[in-house]
Amino acid sequence: MTLRVDCDVHPAVPSIAALRPHLDPFWAAHLAERGFDGLESMLFPPSAPTSARADFRDAGGRPPSDAAAVGASVFGRHGVDRAILNPTFPVTMLFNEDMAVALARALNDWIRAEWLDRDPRLRAAIVVPLQSVEAAVAEIERLAADPRFVQVLVPAMMPEPPGQRRWWPIWRACARHRLPLAIHAGSAYRQPPTSIGWPGHLAEEEAAQSQAFQSALASLVTEGVFGAVPDLTVVLVESGVTWLPAFLWRIDKFWRALRPEVPWVDRPPSAIVRERVRLTAQPFDAPDDPATVARILSMVDAPHALLFASDHPHWRFDGDDPVPPGFPADLVRRMLTDNPLSTYPRLREAAAWTA
Amino acid sequence: MDSVTPDLIAAAGTRLSLVDCDIHPKLAAPEDLRPFLSRRWWEHLTTIGPRQRHGFHKGVPYPKAQPLACRRDAWPPGGGPPGSDVPFIREQLLDLYGIDFAVMNPLAPTGQGDTNAAFSAAMASANNDWQVEAMVAAEPRLRASVVVPYEDGPAAAAEIRRRAGDRRFAHVLMLSRTAEPMGQRRYWPVFEAACEAGLPLGIHVFGYSGWPMTNGGFPSFYLEEGVEHAASTQALVASLIFEGVFARFPTLRILLIEAGFAWIPALAWRLDRIWEKARHGELQDVREPPSAILKRHFWVSTQPVEEPPAFADLETTLDWIGWDRVLFASDYPHWDFDDPRQAIPRRLGEARRRMILSGNGRAFYGI
Amino acid sequence: MPRHVVAPAHEIPPGTRRRVEVRGHGVVIFNLDGAFHALLDRCPHMGGRLSDGVQTGLVESDRPGEYRWSRPGEIIRCPWHAWEFDIRTGRFRCEPDRFRVRTVPACVLSGEAVAAEGLDATTVPVTVEDAYLVVEL
Repeated sequence: MTLRVDCDVHPAVPSIAALRPHLDPFWAAHLAERGFDGLESMLFPPSAPTSARADFRDAGGRPPSDAAAVGASVFGRHGVDRAILNPTFPVTMLFNEDMAVALARALNDWIRAEWLDRDPRLRAAIVVPLQSVEAAVAEIERLAADPRFVQVLVPAMMPEPPGQRRWWPIWRACARHRLPLAIHAGSAYRQPPTSIGWPGHLAEEEAAQSQAFQSALASLVTEGVFGAVPDLTVVLVESGVTWLPAFLWRIDKFWRALRPEVPWVDRPPSAIVRERVRLTAQPFDAPDDPATVARILSMVDAPHALLFASDHPHWRFDGDDPVPPGFPADLVRRMLTDNPLSTYPRLREAAAWTA
Repeated sequence: MDSVTPDLIAAAGTRLSLVDCDIHPKLAAPEDLRPFLSRRWWEHLTTIGPRQRHGFHKGVPYPKAQPLACRRDAWPPGGGPPGSDVPFIREQLLDLYGIDFAVMNPLAPTGQGDTNAAFSAAMASANNDWQVEAMVAAEPRLRASVVVPYEDGPAAAAEIRRRAGDRRFAHVLMLSRTAEPMGQRRYWPVFEAACEAGLPLGIHVFGYSGWPMTNGGFPSFYLEEGVEHAASTQALVASLIFEGVFARFPTLRILLIEAGFAWIPALAWRLDRIWEKARHGELQDVREPPSAILKRHFWVSTQPVEEPPAFADLETTLDWIGWDRVLFASDYPHWDFDDPRQAIPRRLGEARRRMILSGNGRAFYGI
Repeated sequence: MPRHVVAPAHEIPPGTRRRVEVRGHGVVIFNLDGAFHALLDRCPHMGGRLSDGVQTGLVESDRPGEYRWSRPGEIIRCPWHAWEFDIRTGRFRCEPDRFRVRTVPACVLSGEAVAAEGLDATTVPVTVEDAYLVVEL
């Protein structure tokens, strides 16, 4: 059986009521007493057009929040047979560490009960509370035994750059359990969404995500994470992709001049990224023109780097084909099957087990 | 091996009249500014000193790769810091490469981005006087830029109006890391006055926004700071376009300096994709694709020139940007200096090379 | 390739370097603990003069946070982009197989040998008692 995998699908949390059965009893009562009725990130206002395509919304006009509805789209219309759920419910934005831990646990347990248990084709990312490195590691350890969790999810705008050593215990836990680190568009909002302050538009904040991916990669490479955590794979989810070549040329150039500042980086950053980083292919910031797309695909080393993703239900494309225009068939095949299976050990193991 | 033979042929080859849109003049000593500052601000400079949006009274958040971030061979034999000695600039840059129009972008201490608005304005004005009286007067191939206290829009506009019509000034200078995204209305008086004066706006990387150096927090290394300048420039371009600056100031022309250039196509594609989804909603005031606005209103300097392993990728990137939008910059005397003979190599083709080294700069500055 | 007398050997004592011109090419000669090493004085990247660069040591590391300092004085960094070259081999530290500075064979000959071989010594007066630095270019 040839598995075809969608590497980025978003399950919406419909309301705090959905999480309540999975919350510790104190937190369930406490949050209710305080009138806490859920969270949404400023990056994904549920009613904003990009947050969910019109025909993917539920009867109430909201982003789809149950396994059946999402499954009907991704398995029914996009023709895949596995999908990885990346919940963007923003626990990382909270400032109360204990509250964040409680909500992250509830969220992951809700995903397990209401999604993974309901549809065997679904896989999911573990959402970790970055407010505490210890708690984040504990959450990975708590869930690692369940092979349906296939990666760990963090936002591109971390509280501090992801390469810094304070985070390494989390990345080591990822590697220990064969869980790639998925860096997804989003922010913990410990700083403005641009490095020059708070922008005036959601559109600017969307644009700024690709800048965050550049900075995150620069941090991971210069801090030496890939050497220090040899089995770690990083997946950039919803990054836009096409910023990558110019970024790599620039960082290679600076590295040639500044190597002694980071002497543990012993080969060109581009070589490290090529070996250890993968990117989901939706959105794909490019024109429709096939000749231009072909040039870009060659610059990003697409046959090795790209993973198929619909980014469901975000509005990235119209119709039923999530593949950006101009992608050749053999590339699509690699994106759908070979690359996800080589990126996600847990998908591979489950595939073997199913077969 | 890419190159072990001397490129002496290139050195001795066609002598173009080059336009260099980024060199950095430096005060030999703070006293150079004294004639141009009131007693009040001279005392402020020498007691309180500059107050940027970071904590370092001495030093900078990310110590440079080399002293003063300069080429080690750029220290004038007669003393003083690199960029302070006109005869040495002549010898090491203007005469050596045949540059006959070099735009000076003074960086510090210019008062730009200072938290004290009145001091910022006084320093900017003093720097402008110093550029023309100490530098341009001594070497007419040098041109000044109008240093403006950009965090205070009206004061910046007043400084531009003071210099309007003075051909010794080539452009208005802002730094990329403003306190808020550059499209926001507090900066519009700068754009308005620049358009009125018929001066383009040069935006040079650096400055201190007061926010973390990346949108994911403060990085650790100078290497990251260098790489990040491209990202913050991307944010400012998005802000200028989406805030509607060019609809309001249709004659505004912007040169992005020292941010590299290879990231421009991907940014344009990204902004277009976002605009397509928001053009009837949040971005309904932006009436045309961002890529079209970018193409019409932005130019970019070459340095630090990207060096992709496949030369064809550089050419393709320039095809995407437009060969007429790219201006040579050396960044002299800084360490990441680009030598025009190597950075803009002959294999680009003579016609295109001439555009980048000379023609585009002439058109942009109206020489 | 022809050999050229470029300097009396004692004028470039250990720990020093000197730039000389040979047939229109700049050559920089280093004395590392008594052994002479000569490189073309031109960075293969953009053409900076290595003789204007800083001579330093090598930092290596097996893990982040580790800085292992060795070989002081054996690395020359270009004065422009600070690329590091191994004075002994001319190789670029970052990508040794992609970029290198051309090495120039250098040796010390007695004045007697210089005279016997009839070497080009137009710029350096030669006496039989002294020893001379000779490069091949």
